[in-house]
Amino acid sequence: MNNALIFISLLVFTSLVSFVLDRQKTILGFKKGFKMFKNIVIPFLNILILVSLLLFIIPPEMIVQYLGAGSGAIGFAISAVIGSITLIPGFISYPIASGLLKQGASYSTVAVFMTTLMMVGVVTLPLEIKYFGKKVAILRNLLNFIVAIIIGILIGIIL
Amino acid sequence: MTKKYFEKIKPYIWLASFAIFSIGSFWFGFDPGKTIYQSFTKSFIEMVTFIPFLFVIVGLFDVWFPKEKIEKHIGKDSGIKGILTVIVLAMLQAGPLYGAFPVVYILYKKGASVKNIFIYLGAFSTLKIPMLGIEIGYLGLKFTLARTLVALPLFIAAGYFMEWYLKDKNFKIKEV
Repeated sequence: MNNALIFISLLVFTSLVSFVLDRQKTILGFKKGFKMFKNIVIPFLNILILVSLLLFIIPPEMIVQYLGAGSGAIGFAISAVIGSITLIPGFISYPIASGLLKQGASYSTVAVFMTTLMMVGVVTLPLEIKYFGKKVAILRNLLNFIVAIIIGILIGIIL
Repeated sequence: MTKKYFEKIKPYIWLASFAIFSIGSFWFGFDPGKTIYQSFTKSFIEMVTFIPFLFVIVGLFDVWFPKEKIEKHIGKDSGIKGILTVIVLAMLQAGPLYGAFPVVYILYKKGASVKNIFIYLGAFSTLKIPMLGIEIGYLGLKFTLARTLVALPLFIAAGYFMEWYLKDKNFKIKEV
């Protein structure tokens, strides 16, 4: 409910400003937004089904054991490695991350998982090598892995 | 003909099977099915309370700040302004990281510096506006703000490091 309030007020505010400035552009923007939403809604629902299934199959005790507050460095390392290897689009990973938090995973574990997921791509490395060359591609991933670890640790300290 | 038809209904197969599974679970009193359905409804409500609004906001953003306009301002001696420009440009994108490589190639062709290219990749992976919206919705404003503020200086530093490291190494981005 909290979310709805934030996003609706943000939407009302931006649409009002946009509408006052340019009516035509506002309508075009609305159409674009609806189209993007329409494109994503079915895959999104499928993902929510998958997440519900997974959360049922994987017992919360197990998530808490491996990724929870008491899991310490091991949970942190597991999330960093999984995040680096897998390729999960953001709109899938956020529901998963939110599920993890609710099941007792720590903020720093979730932060390192999300960040490695976004910044490090082992699966896409062959593609990246084609653009940057082997050395630079590996260096970029390594550097981003380190950055992600630092982000995770700092988030754990802040939150 | 049948293959084309199958392609059309493919995205709905999961949804339809889940609906049948849920109705069946309630009909026959299959408890795991009920639990899964309840967990689905919860996440569905969570999603529907912000995703539609978010996308309309993103649509408006897209109309007011077209990417092509910004791409012009990334020169080699662009300094802080150049850094800001690549970050804003990256924030307006969407999609997975490997989708950023072709864009990076174009930026490189247009004369963007090595530093700005890697800063672009950093911002692309962590600051995209649609993703930030989803992140706020799912993980909260506090988490998103903390993660963003911590990540920002770190990937700018990574950009400077890459530029320093690749200084005399004849670094090129190839077209794929």
